[in-house]
Amino acid sequence: MSPLLSVRDLVKHYPTGSGGRVLALDGISFDLDAGEILGIVGESGCGKSTLGRTIMRLDDPTSGEIIYGGRDIATIGKRDLKQARRDIQMVFQDPFGSLNPRHTVGTIVGEPLIVHGIANRRERIAELLDLVGLPKSAMERLPHQFSGGQRQRIAIARALAISPKIIVADEAVSALDVSIQSQIINLLAKLRAELGLSIIFISHDLSVVRHVSDRIGVMYFGKLVEYGPSQSIFEAPRHPYTRALLSAVPRIPGRELAQSAVPERIVLTGDVPNIAHRPEGCLFHPRCYWKQPDCDRTSPELRVLEGDDFPARTCACHFADDPAVTTPN
Amino acid sequence: MEAIARALDSDLAYRFRRSPVAMLAALVVVLLIGSSVFAPLITSQNPFDPGSLNLMNGFSEPMQPNQFTGETFVLGTDDQGRDVFATILYGMRISLFVGFSAVIFAMVLGVTLGLLSGYVGGRTDTIIMRIADIQLTFPAILVALLIFGVAKGITPPDRRDEVAIWVLIIAIGLSEWVQFARVVRGATLVEKSKEYVQAARLIGRSPVAIMVRHILPNTLSPVLVIATISLALAIIAEATLSFLGVGAPPTQPSLGTLIRIGQEFLFSGEWWILFFPAMTLLALALSVNLLGDWLRDALNPKLR
Repeated sequence: MSPLLSVRDLVKHYPTGSGGRVLALDGISFDLDAGEILGIVGESGCGKSTLGRTIMRLDDPTSGEIIYGGRDIATIGKRDLKQARRDIQMVFQDPFGSLNPRHTVGTIVGEPLIVHGIANRRERIAELLDLVGLPKSAMERLPHQFSGGQRQRIAIARALAISPKIIVADEAVSALDVSIQSQIINLLAKLRAELGLSIIFISHDLSVVRHVSDRIGVMYFGKLVEYGPSQSIFEAPRHPYTRALLSAVPRIPGRELAQSAVPERIVLTGDVPNIAHRPEGCLFHPRCYWKQPDCDRTSPELRVLEGDDFPARTCACHFADDPAVTTPN
Repeated sequence: MEAIARALDSDLAYRFRRSPVAMLAALVVVLLIGSSVFAPLITSQNPFDPGSLNLMNGFSEPMQPNQFTGETFVLGTDDQGRDVFATILYGMRISLFVGFSAVIFAMVLGVTLGLLSGYVGGRTDTIIMRIADIQLTFPAILVALLIFGVAKGITPPDRRDEVAIWVLIIAIGLSEWVQFARVVRGATLVEKSKEYVQAARLIGRSPVAIMVRHILPNTLSPVLVIATISLALAIIAEATLSFLGVGAPPTQPSLGTLIRIGQEFLFSGEWWILFFPAMTLLALALSVNLLGDWLRDALNPKLR
């Protein structure tokens, strides 16, 4: 089965004030299958939001392909883009900024229906509100009368209005309380099951991503350093950065500790990378606990670890096959 | 009814009731606008209908019976026997009409250019804002005079009086659009980066629809403040131009024209012909300005 969405070698440069350029995305490749939830994790500044915005063409990619339905979204014109966005919609991070404060919920959720000329608006809006767990009476009210979680439900209803096949959720739960986070995550999981949605779930929080994702991509410095099925990433992380991230997820002592692939807390030293100054060799070497003499000279290729088809399980580390990487020395 | 109840219950209404200055200013403005709108019902004399004038009434002092006719005028009369009170009411009509029209013209022009400048950006932004900068280096009254002069040059002499009011409106409007454009551009830049605008783009809204439906409503509160302050400025600008003799024609005198006529009699002792129109202009401009100041404070949460 061919994937629903294929991203290949996606590159995004931003020019800097001093005439240089910043590589926000540096050759990202992944596949998204129908009905799949793909988690993208990484620390702030690693380019994960840029990835979401570029897939949506809110920013134009510098190079690379975004194949959807046999067409390359990266290069299509305005009219085709509007058509493509019928199938790919986005849920934003800030539920207070993503809803126009002067429009009622009915107007907000109904707007995509107007733009795409869909009839029976009122019934459809009521149906959408019901789908995301809001009462019909919400239609007449303004966004400021709702809580953060409810607002995020409204934003999800708007994204679903034109029955997209893919939702890009950019930090969609980061601005919410933990208890509300799980409600929204469960809602997204429910929608995936009911509507067969594919979701690209972007977050900095591994515990959130782990909960829902079928596959996970770990981003560092504009690159996907590790990519593969969720279970395999969590049980057998290969990249030192993934290991460090996993070790930082808090867990209940005695219960998960025994099963965890990374039993000890790995504390990374060094600074969060300054995206304007790229290190030589492996991008991660200044912070890596497993740094070897060669790491600051040669850049590791993104290698296929298991299977033959390209994006199945990949990792960009010279020592991905070395079992000793498990623990810091 | 529900809308009225909601308006009375709003934050703004509460703030209004807490501010005696704003209430007094609003009262003066309402009184002045009301009396000029209903001028024919308030005064029996139309001062610009020569048939209703009696030259014998000329130079009556305020509150004193005229020595020839025995008629009493509350604010006196001018050289032609026109009741100063009536000329003020009728003059204020012209002043307010020109003021409101000029502000609406400036607002439409400035808001449109500001939205375009902020949303489209790039070269469009540069061109519009440089024109605005250049215009700001000239005093507004000079710009208005310049436009007035050009318009006078291109209209045939027999039609000048007809078009004078409209030229005045355009001249004052063009001299005041910059404030609107700058404020709306700034607000547009802020709103544009918010996620609801990006969401509208993803939905497939056209740039024009995004500007009009999404950004414009969120930039309107500063526009309201500027419009109020501009109204006071426009009324003063109109009075200045008319005082200089280039504004409202003698057949349709505004407050400024009345002040110009009145100052000819100041040194011969007929002070009331100048004094009352001038005080009316002062009260009008001051009240509108105070309202604008209050509105700015009330709508700007950072100043609380």
